[in-house]
Amino acid sequence: MIAGAYALASVLVFVTAALLILVGAIGVIALKNPVHSALSLIMTLFGVAIAFVAQSADFLAAVQIIVYAGAIVVLFLFVIMFLGVDRKEHVHVEPLVGQRAFAAVGSAITVGGLVVLMARSHWVTGAMSVSTKGATLATGQANVKQLGTAVFTTYLFAFEATAALLVIAVVGAVVLARRERSVDDEEVEVDA
Amino acid sequence: MNPLLASGDPLFAHGVTGVVLLIVLIKVLVGFGAIMGAVTIMIWFERKAISDMQSRIGPQRWGPFGLFQTLADGLKLIGKEDLVPSEADRFVFKLAPYLVVVPALITFALVPLGGTIHVAGHAVMLQVANPPMGILLMLAMSGISVYGVMLAGWSSGSKYPLLSSVRASAQMISYEAALGMTIVTIILATGSLSTHNIVTSQGGGVWHWNLIRLGVVPFVVFLISITAELNRPPFDVVEAESELVGGFHTEYSSIRFGLFYLAEFMNTITMSAIIVTLFLGGPAGWIPPVAHFKWIFPIIWFVLKTSGFAFAYVWFRGALPRFRYDQLMDLGWKRLIPLSLGWMLIVAGFLIAPGWGFLMASAVFLSWTLLTRAFTLGQSREVGSEAVLPVVGERPIPGRIIRKLTDGES
Repeated sequence: MIAGAYALASVLVFVTAALLILVGAIGVIALKNPVHSALSLIMTLFGVAIAFVAQSADFLAAVQIIVYAGAIVVLFLFVIMFLGVDRKEHVHVEPLVGQRAFAAVGSAITVGGLVVLMARSHWVTGAMSVSTKGATLATGQANVKQLGTAVFTTYLFAFEATAALLVIAVVGAVVLARRERSVDDEEVEVDA
Repeated sequence: MNPLLASGDPLFAHGVTGVVLLIVLIKVLVGFGAIMGAVTIMIWFERKAISDMQSRIGPQRWGPFGLFQTLADGLKLIGKEDLVPSEADRFVFKLAPYLVVVPALITFALVPLGGTIHVAGHAVMLQVANPPMGILLMLAMSGISVYGVMLAGWSSGSKYPLLSSVRASAQMISYEAALGMTIVTIILATGSLSTHNIVTSQGGGVWHWNLIRLGVVPFVVFLISITAELNRPPFDVVEAESELVGGFHTEYSSIRFGLFYLAEFMNTITMSAIIVTLFLGGPAGWIPPVAHFKWIFPIIWFVLKTSGFAFAYVWFRGALPRFRYDQLMDLGWKRLIPLSLGWMLIVAGFLIAPGWGFLMASAVFLSWTLLTRAFTLGQSREVGSEAVLPVVGERPIPGRIIRKLTDGES
C-alpha cells in the first residue's frame, strides 16, 4: 500500500514538474513583456529543479536554482531594466536580412539533433534515463561525491575546456565592452 | 527502499504513518510560530536599541516597555488603504511581497534549533526540515529573495524604485559569490551539506566551532556578505532614504508594505541563526548535569547566540555609515571574492596535508601580490575619451539605421 502511495506521489510530482516546465517555456516565448518572459523562465527552471529532486539529484536541483534562477535570470532582468527594453518589441523589423529563415533552419537542426541524440545515443550520461537502469543516484553527500568524481576523472577534459571557454568569454566581453565606449557618437557622425 | 530514508531524517526511518505526519505538522506550526514571535520581538528590540543609541525613548505606549508596538503597527498597516499605482504592473506588483516572505520562511526551516528529542518512540530533530541539499537551499532561497526586491522596484512603474531594483540585483549577485565560496569552505571541513551534520560536526566544544577551526577569515567574509545580502545597514543602498525615497517599496502601502517590513526582520533573524549554525555550533553548548529537561539547554544556547547576532545587526545600523555604491562593489568584487576563494584553497590544502596547505598558502600569497599590483595599476590608469581604443571592424548595419528601425515608427 505504501509502495502504491509512493508511485502515485511520484506521478503527481512528475506531472507538476512537467506542467511547470511546459507552461513556463511557452510563457517565455508567448508573453509580450520581456520581464514577464523572464519570470516565466524562472518557473521553467523551478520545474526542472523539481524533476531533478524526483530523480534524487538533489545537488543538481539546488545548483539549478542557485546558478540559473539566482544569478543568470537576475542578470537578464538587470539588463532588461537597465536598458529599459521593457516595452513592446517591433516584431516586423528584421535587422538581419533573412534572419527568420535562418532561425527556422537553426531550430529545426537543433530539435532534430536533440531528438536523434535522445533516441539513439548513450554517450552523455551512459544511460538513456536514470530510472530505467534501476540504479538511482545516491542522495545528499554521496550525490556530490559522484558528480565530483565524474567531473574530475571521466569528464576532466570537457570540464577544463569549459572553464577555459568561460574565461575567454569573460575576457572577450570586457575587451569588447571597453572598445564600444563613447564610440556611438562618433559612429553617428560618420554615418550622417 | 523508502526514498525518504535517504533524506537523513530519522523521523521517517519507520515509514510515514499518521503520527509522523502529525509530528511534521506540529514542527511546521511551531517553527512558524517561533519565527513570527521572534520577528515581533525583533522589531520592538531594534527600535528600542536604536533609540537608546540615539538618546531617544523609542516605543513606549503599547504594553510594558512598548512591547506591543509591533502588533499595533501591524493592525494599523492592515487598516490602511491598499494602493496600486496606475503605472504599476499589477500582477507582478502584487506577487513581489510574497517572493520576499516565502524564501525567508523556508530558510528558517533549515536551521537546527536544538538537539534530537524522542516523542512517542520517534526520534524528532528540533528543526523543521533537514533536506539532503541542506545549506545549498539557503543559498538558493537568498537567490530567490532578490526577485522580490527587484520585481517590487520594477513593477512600481516609478523611477526611484527602479533604480533601487537595479542596485539590488547587482549587489546581491556580487556578494552571493563570496557567500558561496565561504559555504564551500564549511562544506569541505564538514564533509556534508545538511545543516544537521554541520552542527553535529562542531559539537566537540568551542575549539571545534567553524569560527575557530577554519580560521576567523571565512566568518568575517560570511558576516559581511550576508549583511550585504540582507540589504541591512551599512549595505542598504537599495533603500537609501537620502537618495531613493524609500527604495523598492516606495509605492507600497498597507499590508503589502507590512510584508516587506516583516520579511526584512525575518531575514535578519534567520541569517543570525544561519551564522550561528554555520560558525558557532548552532545549539552546541554546556549542558548542566540535570536529570530532566536536558533538551531545553541547546535551545537556550541557540537563542542566546542568535540574539547576540541580532543585536550586532542593530549595532551595525546604529554605528556604521552607509557605503557608497562604488565602495560596495569594490568591497564585494575586489576584496571579498578573492579573499574567500584564496582561503578556500588554503583550507582545502590543509585538509589534505600540512605540506599542501603551506604550498597553497604561498600560492595564494603570490596571487594576492599580483592582484594588488593589478588593482593599483588599474586605479592609476588614465580614463577618458582618448583612452578608449578605436572600434574594430564594422557593425552589420549602421547604428543610425538600427535606431530608426527599432526606436521610432517614422
